Amino acid sequence: MKARMRHERMFQMLCALSTVVGIIFLFVLLYHIFQAGWNFLNLNFFTNFQSRFPIKSGMKAGIYGSLWMISITAVVAIPLGIASAIFLEEYARKNAFWRLVELNISNLAGVPSIVYGLLGLSLFVRTFGFGQSVLSGALTMALLVLPVVIVSSRESLRAVPLNLREAAFALGAAKYQVIFGQILPVALPGILTGIILSIGRAFGEAAPLIIVGALSYVSFVPENLKSEFTVMPIQIYNWAGRPQEEFHQLAATGIIVLLLILLSLNFVAIMIRDHYQKRFRL
Amino acid sequence: MRSHFSEIISIVAISFLAFSNSPSSALADTQSISIDGSSTVFPITEAVAEEFRNQHGKIKVNIGVSGTGGGFKKFVVKEIDICNASRPIKASEVEAAQKNNITYTEIPVAYDGLTVVVNSKNTWATSLTVAELKKIWGADSKVKTWSDIREEWPNRPIKLYGPGTDSGTFDFFTETINGKSGVSRSDYVKSEDDNVLVTGVAGDLDSMGYFGFSYYNENAKKLKAVSIDNGKGAVAPSVESITNGTYSPLSRPIFIYVNHDAYKRQEVKTFLDFYLNEAGHLVPEVGYIALDKNKYKESLARLKAIK
Repeated sequence: MKARMRHERMFQMLCALSTVVGIIFLFVLLYHIFQAGWNFLNLNFFTNFQSRFPIKSGMKAGIYGSLWMISITAVVAIPLGIASAIFLEEYARKNAFWRLVELNISNLAGVPSIVYGLLGLSLFVRTFGFGQSVLSGALTMALLVLPVVIVSSRESLRAVPLNLREAAFALGAAKYQVIFGQILPVALPGILTGIILSIGRAFGEAAPLIIVGALSYVSFVPENLKSEFTVMPIQIYNWAGRPQEEFHQLAATGIIVLLLILLSLNFVAIMIRDHYQKRFRL
Repeated sequence: MRSHFSEIISIVAISFLAFSNSPSSALADTQSISIDGSSTVFPITEAVAEEFRNQHGKIKVNIGVSGTGGGFKKFVVKEIDICNASRPIKASEVEAAQKNNITYTEIPVAYDGLTVVVNSKNTWATSLTVAELKKIWGADSKVKTWSDIREEWPNRPIKLYGPGTDSGTFDFFTETINGKSGVSRSDYVKSEDDNVLVTGVAGDLDSMGYFGFSYYNENAKKLKAVSIDNGKGAVAPSVESITNGTYSPLSRPIFIYVNHDAYKRQEVKTFLDFYLNEAGHLVPEVGYIALDKNKYKESLARLKAIK
């Protein structure tokens, strides 16, 4: 009995320690970034385009570009991802072919992002002729996040209790009615978690977009799907590589803004998730 | 049950509507110039584009950074109008351009000196000959300690820092010092980010590295530049010695390449006029060394002669 109590305490301590280590690193990182980037964090940073003078330099092009890209990515990837998940989970026969497809989708989630960049370049930029546009970038990002959206959506669809379906079928509902009326609303919080994670990833990616042709200097905001664009991570990367110390501080400011925008996007998604969680608590 | 269905459908519909609203017909009358290529040349072209925007706001200038090699790949298939290049065009790239009927002009826009640096507390290494550099960095280098270079130097291991193999700086250094582009020892700390090399050399007493002059210039307090002796006496890298050519052989011109077809477009012509008129005072502002004023005029005259 005593030994078990001791083990219990040790296990608890170990878990707490792991959490604390993560938090400490996070705070050290945040502290450094805020210390370096605080000076340049003012209104100019949001309203100015890039400049060779750090003090006049801003991220307008990157912020607009990132928001454009991420919205298109979401509009494309979310319906596609959820629909694929529904098909694979609810309709597809459990035979060798579909198992192979499933396996491949899980593996795709681990493919390096630069590979998606190369795919996007040859497929969207050249073959489809979309050019080095925000559309090409967003579609590439949609491909990048699709596997994560599909896998996490399937997991949450699978977690919906069987008796819920059976009850709905017993009342004579068709399969699509069961899916839209019962299963999706219950699975939605889990699906949204997957979407939050994947959108966050797409927001922070620079490498595949550089390949697709996102630019480093843009002095205008996107006007339509065919516009050239840049995104925040590329601007940050570019500033961090400059010789001048002021540009490194500017990169830190960029990171702060990127974190803030990501945080507010996630906040909205979490609000939606909680809304559904409360409505369909089982 | 129906309500959730319609809820989802309406969310999707609204988001699609939001995008179909964006004006897609505004493309026709905007003029834009596309530029890509070296990250070394980028700050110069960026500075020019920034000033250009103040006077010619309607012309959009887009600059990408996919490296000199990446830029030429796009340049030889007409995807871009101007290529930023930190080295002259290679034979294979010339071939590709000819195959696609692309004619172009090479315009030097600034000098960049490669700087060999050591730790600021290093008291012994103040100058190196080109032969010694080759002995250190050559592909079959046997240099492991400082005393392998000169006997009177400390018998401690030397730690080397240099750019990664994709960089134009690497191509230029290996070609100039080791005789052939790309030939180098490979057991050194490599980074594409020169700031990583600066930090590495600044924090390690027995280190040596090389990178662009502007990175040394910004960090001169933390580093010590080694003078280079090419047989005519040791010369330290400085704005003067790079401009007048005495800092040799590690100083190089950096370029932009202009597609002739693109130059026939009025907006590209306007931009390049502006570039070559303003480069003289913009280049030093971003940490590079300007060419002689006449050289910019010569280049402009060469461009104007294009038919």
